Amino acid sequence: MKHSRMMAAAAALLLVAGAVQAKVEPAGMFKRVEGEVRVERAGATLPASVGMALYATDTVVTGSGGSAGITFDDNTLMSLGPASRLAINQFRFNSTTHEGRFESTLSKGRLAVVSGKIAKHEQDAMKVRTPSSVLGVRGTEFIVEAGE
Amino acid sequence: MRTIAPLLLCLVLAGCVRERIILLPDAQGKVGKILVSRDGKQTLLETAYGTAEVGTITVSRTEGSAAEVHEQYHPQLAGLPPRPLSYTLYFVADSDGLTADSLKQAPAILAEIGKRPAAEVVVIGHTDRMGSDSYNDLLSLARARAIRDELAALGFDKARLKFAGRGEREPVVATADDVGEARNRRVEINVR
Repeated sequence: MKHSRMMAAAAALLLVAGAVQAKVEPAGMFKRVEGEVRVERAGATLPASVGMALYATDTVVTGSGGSAGITFDDNTLMSLGPASRLAINQFRFNSTTHEGRFESTLSKGRLAVVSGKIAKHEQDAMKVRTPSSVLGVRGTEFIVEAGE
Repeated sequence: MRTIAPLLLCLVLAGCVRERIILLPDAQGKVGKILVSRDGKQTLLETAYGTAEVGTITVSRTEGSAAEVHEQYHPQLAGLPPRPLSYTLYFVADSDGLTADSLKQAPAILAEIGKRPAAEVVVIGHTDRMGSDSYNDLLSLARARAIRDELAALGFDKARLKFAGRGEREPVVATADDVGEARNRRVEINVR
């Protein structure tokens, strides 16, 4: 009895820890920022900088001379070209099981991608959308260009 | 009117290219797959430099050339962040001190890590199967912490530095319990 109560308490603690973690864990980090690069987050617009964390539901916007390199938590690498707009729609990653979900949208501009552990673990767990298409990523390196 | 003319021309030509998806070989030369779906129609890219050109009306697949892709998209390809890397350092038995070999290698590895922009580091300690599970949990953590401290001493930002001990749970070389194995007494440094 004592034992099960302890287990329940431990499980509750884990749940709380999990919830807190899900809230604050970043999806990725800027490793390179050149020219004008902004992050739209919860209605605010922030200037991007090297070392700045990126979160699920953020949108990255580059100016005509801007570009950015981002490394995500599952080791996905992205390079965003000038005059581009990339929204991180969804990012979930379990670093123990490698289960996850990564959905982003390139509404304009150029994007080079090296997919990471999410795409490797499960076919179609990573998707990139463009204004007209959906890309199911089954590995690993590719370029997307939208809105010529 | 000015915007309608090109649009009409596009329609006549059965769709101008508005989006392009190009599959690339990876660093080892292996080629993955990308399934491009548009309005219920699917195009599968599975060859190196295979390109889906998405027009206003159609999706067409072309072979693409390596030289053209590298020329046209050079800034984006060159602008990818450095590839994540993993290093291994080995330890003296029942100690959080490095072996003589690893002690020699460590400065170059740590300097290399320090050069990467905004590097995020995860240090994971491991032990062989000598001693109890709980003792090895502590020993693996002490090994990871020793490397963490080295990085911190070099001025590495602690906010981007995580460490953990995995005890004897993840041997590189499987052994029976209470067997010493030098290759399992290690720390993995994962950098991205």
